Amino acid sequence: MPLSEELRARIAAEFPKYPEKRAVLLTALHWVQAECGGWIPGDTIPEVAAILEIEQIDVEEVISFYPMYSAVPVGRWHLQVCTNLSCCIAGARGLARALEEELDILPGEITPDGLFSIRETECLGSCGTAPVVQVNNEPYIENVQPAEAAALVARLRARDAGNGANGAGGGR
Amino acid sequence: MAFQGYLLPPGDADWSILKDYRAHGGYTAAEKALKEMKPEAIVNEVKASGLRGRGGAGFSTGMKWSFLPNDGRRPRYIACNADESEPGTFKDRQILERNPHGLIEGLLIAGYANTIDAAYVYMRGEYRTAYDNLRNAVAEAHAAGLLGKNILGSGLDFEVYVHRGAGAYICGEETGLMESLEGRKGQPRKRPPFPAISGLWRQPTTINNVETMAHVPHIVKNGADWFKTIGTEKSTGTTIFGVSGHVVRPGTFELPLGTPMREIIFEYAGGLRPGRTLKAVVPGGVSMPVLTAETAMQVMMDHDNLQKNGTLLGTGAIVVMDDTACMVRAALVIARFFRHESCGQCTQCREGTGWLHKLLVQVERGTARPSDLDTIDEVTKYMDGRTICALSDAAAWGTGWFVRRFRPEFEAHIAQGGCPLAGTSFEV
Repeated sequence: MPLSEELRARIAAEFPKYPEKRAVLLTALHWVQAECGGWIPGDTIPEVAAILEIEQIDVEEVISFYPMYSAVPVGRWHLQVCTNLSCCIAGARGLARALEEELDILPGEITPDGLFSIRETECLGSCGTAPVVQVNNEPYIENVQPAEAAALVARLRARDAGNGANGAGGGR
Repeated sequence: MAFQGYLLPPGDADWSILKDYRAHGGYTAAEKALKEMKPEAIVNEVKASGLRGRGGAGFSTGMKWSFLPNDGRRPRYIACNADESEPGTFKDRQILERNPHGLIEGLLIAGYANTIDAAYVYMRGEYRTAYDNLRNAVAEAHAAGLLGKNILGSGLDFEVYVHRGAGAYICGEETGLMESLEGRKGQPRKRPPFPAISGLWRQPTTINNVETMAHVPHIVKNGADWFKTIGTEKSTGTTIFGVSGHVVRPGTFELPLGTPMREIIFEYAGGLRPGRTLKAVVPGGVSMPVLTAETAMQVMMDHDNLQKNGTLLGTGAIVVMDDTACMVRAALVIARFFRHESCGQCTQCREGTGWLHKLLVQVERGTARPSDLDTIDEVTKYMDGRTICALSDAAAWGTGWFVRRFRPEFEAHIAQGGCPLAGTSFEV
């Protein structure tokens, strides 16, 4: 899948900040993931490797090492629920369960309409405002109680309807 | 409750915009440094202030800077650690979101003092608001001639670049961070060589935490003697304590190092919920040995006092647990975290974190054997002090001390075939 000209130019514009092009890899992968709807399709890897003048394996091993990259598709709204200590103390398990029940999916699954997926994540650094959910790469939704799960999902559905078919990638 | 710190705007105020930061004295320390002070004088002042790194290890900042070689090799770098990922920790985020120019000013002064060409701020990828605010602040500083070429007419050239990580805790380890910044898996490097000699792209590099850098302008502006009037003899200045868990008012509180933990929990964070009693406190992020309530009520939040009491200050992230909390579940969450975050290089860590997690799952379910608790103890001993970086030690401390300090509760799980607090404890 070819990357857009705009994205190629954006990646190239990062090069002057570093002594080596390879340093732009993590940034480039964030942008590729945003452009491709929240995941990194395997057929983008040769192009990323070529732009950065590294081997494909150099790209692949970075994708698999870092939890923020997904090598498989995710929902348009990828819900990341922190289940580390402070969030669990504040009820994150109940929140995760409420979201799973509302969407009828488990972590790692996508709703049949492609709109939602759930992932449990490690500490997001929002321990004082726990529990926390991050949707795609948007600013955190903090102090989310299990009872608010349905409303959270409804808000995202409404945004999706408002944005029409071109709304993909919001906040990535 | 009257203490007013200097790292953050008061209350919920936001100084992320340059004019607001300047309206409160912003960049006057940089002006003083660049126009009136020699670089060595700044390093000496920071050394004299006793400032210790706020990222967890507590090493002397001035000392760290003085390890940079005088061999004329350029470029030289600052790697600024904004990969705040230690569970329980959310303090650097406050600076990045609400006072990003405070960080930039610290980096600028550190850059001038140490003949640095560029600072890379390596920020955890999830911090979206912090990223946007810091990027915006860097652009503003550039436009105002506070970064770039010939800063403030002093002849100094210095850049700050903001670089996003991608969710790996290990990249908060100094050499893991450097590997990641260079575009690789964040697997820590063996030392020596140390970063001061061979850091980013094998060039001289100093690595400093966000909060640490945000102290620097205030030390330059007010002097080392002023800084030493805050805190204790060996833990000087303030720090931002983050309090979470079973308290009424969780949040961040900038207070002098050495503030009693009791005061932080019961005055600043509003104490426990009505009718509850304190059970356990993690004092500095989940890597640091947990304290029983009895000890927690006696400790002061500084390096020496906590060490005397069998734990460490870490990031000053206080996680409070009341009598409803199951200690096995707490240990299990922590073990799960470290298993997920081990980079896999060293056998002791890769295998040990997996063993701890699997054993604690069995204990929590009540399907473990009594001897499994001794196995946990033994595994942690093989993990401590035997690996390239400290993640393995952290995993061993963070889980092993729960077992040691709350052993009867672990034994009860095994004896009863499940959690005695199942009806009341938080779930994991």
